[in-house]
Amino acid sequence: MTSLLPSPTTLAALIKIGLLVGGLMTAAAYLVLVERWMAAWVQDRKGPNRVGIPLTKIRLFGLGQPLADGLKIILKEDFTPRHVDKVLYVAAPLVLLAASLAIFAAIPFGSVLPPLGIPGLPDPVPFLVAPGLDVGVLWVFALSSIAVYGVLLGGWASNNKYGFLGGVRSSAQLVAYEIPLGLGLLGVVLAAGSLRLDVIMNAQAETGIWYIFAQPLGFIVFLVASFAEAARLPFDLPEAEQELVGGYHTEYSGIKLLLFLVSEFLHMVTAAFLIVIMFLGGWHLWGVTGSGQEVTWLGAFLRFAVLSSKIFGVILFFMLVRWSWPRFRFDQLMTLAWKVMLPLGLANLVTVATIEEFRPQLSEAVGPATAGWIALLIPWGVFFVGWITAGLLTPSGTDNTPIRTYGPLDVEHDLVEV
Amino acid sequence: MQPTDPGITWLEEKPLGLAERLYLPLFLQGLTTTARHLVSPKVTVSFPEQRPTVGNPLIYRGVHRLNRDDEGRVKCVACFLCATACPAHCIDIVATESPWPDREKYPEAFQIDELRCIFCGMCEEACPVDAIELTSLLDLTGKSREEMVFDKEKLLSVYDMTKDTEPMKSAALGGAL
Repeated sequence: MTSLLPSPTTLAALIKIGLLVGGLMTAAAYLVLVERWMAAWVQDRKGPNRVGIPLTKIRLFGLGQPLADGLKIILKEDFTPRHVDKVLYVAAPLVLLAASLAIFAAIPFGSVLPPLGIPGLPDPVPFLVAPGLDVGVLWVFALSSIAVYGVLLGGWASNNKYGFLGGVRSSAQLVAYEIPLGLGLLGVVLAAGSLRLDVIMNAQAETGIWYIFAQPLGFIVFLVASFAEAARLPFDLPEAEQELVGGYHTEYSGIKLLLFLVSEFLHMVTAAFLIVIMFLGGWHLWGVTGSGQEVTWLGAFLRFAVLSSKIFGVILFFMLVRWSWPRFRFDQLMTLAWKVMLPLGLANLVTVATIEEFRPQLSEAVGPATAGWIALLIPWGVFFVGWITAGLLTPSGTDNTPIRTYGPLDVEHDLVEV
Repeated sequence: MQPTDPGITWLEEKPLGLAERLYLPLFLQGLTTTARHLVSPKVTVSFPEQRPTVGNPLIYRGVHRLNRDDEGRVKCVACFLCATACPAHCIDIVATESPWPDREKYPEAFQIDELRCIFCGMCEEACPVDAIELTSLLDLTGKSREEMVFDKEKLLSVYDMTKDTEPMKSAALGGAL
């Protein structure tokens, strides 16, 4: 009989999957509420504050809103237009959601638990569904590329020009911004010497120097690229409502639309996770969480809380930026990716590689403390020089003067005037 | 219109300065504006609990009323000017011979379909005796279409209800009546 039971390792993984998926779905629902609140507050409104506990008059500041939103969209008619490609039409939201959720297998959502002493379960138990996955970053990258397929399939299967344009725009944008994203990430991977996200966090905790301080340029490049990857404003061209109706999900309704929207929010959460884990120190906070691998229950909880609040802060920043910046034009978007972010990312990569290569020699020559300061200051120098150069060299991209063309009627009119 | 039209002034955009080309200062500027609005006082009125303040009741266009004269009779003389002016054709008047010596006609029935009304205030403008006026009542609700057709009694009762808070506009605006 015992052989039929799952092993403790499998059981632990299943529990973690359950917690993670449940937590993420709830978080996505409540982030929609937070987003609506932020939108309202920025526009001097109050936002949703009526829906509370159903069938009572208790309002709870509108905390029942996600339930009402979800019920409304689930109960809507799930209409499939006649002109769509049925198989791909159904597959697209599933692919997108599956990819967005599977990403979290390799993303740690805390540090480790204290030793549990369960036989067959290696201690300490990490907050990570797939512990010891040596290609964690690659996994995240590969799956976020698969998410592009969901968007593209949705646009293609819709058999609708708005949907198609949205899908094509989206794929162009995501392909363009994967490169700066990868370059920003590569600097961190070089510095930490590992592709595992938990190791990257531990490296920052041990030195106490988060990579945002060590690689400011990489941080900026990665931040901008993750905004674009999450298709958030100012990079929300795939679904620019004013131009494309709804973009790739124009033809979707009901629960399929819900899956698309949830996946979009999960993209933002993934981006926030990656930013925090790779550049903002993960669960580490000076003087609060410690830096070792041995933790008490309180320590484990503190680390989880620090990581969560950092992620929440980054998400709030995402939402605030949405109302601060106008959307880029498509050529500006491409200019930014290829002419600004790509060179800046390369500059960061070269700087980091050089520093890491010569760090031992430098330490030997001037002592580890001075070497550490030099290794911190050089990237900041590169950051300022690179930023100012990029600002001065790139086309400003604000030239909106109309091209004064003449139609046939205008020419006729001019002839009459002459 | 031609691009060469003398009526068009083509403005050249100012060249961007260093701070603008670096993007970050402008970004911070935008972010501070957004953050300021995030915490600034809200303009929303939570409607059923809070009442919106009507700026000037004299020019507000809410529910109609039919004014009464000093003797409590309806002021209307059934001249049909309001019904003629009404762009939504929502006023329906049945005129009959007046029992009073000071006018020839008076409305036997006076109906306004509040659902058809577009609250433009043309009836108020047109009325020669300041009999029909728009009040500052703004929450006009009903449970059926029939209920939303206001007859003479209802319009007069609106006057009775609002005459203390909103005196007749003719007096307030310096009119003769």
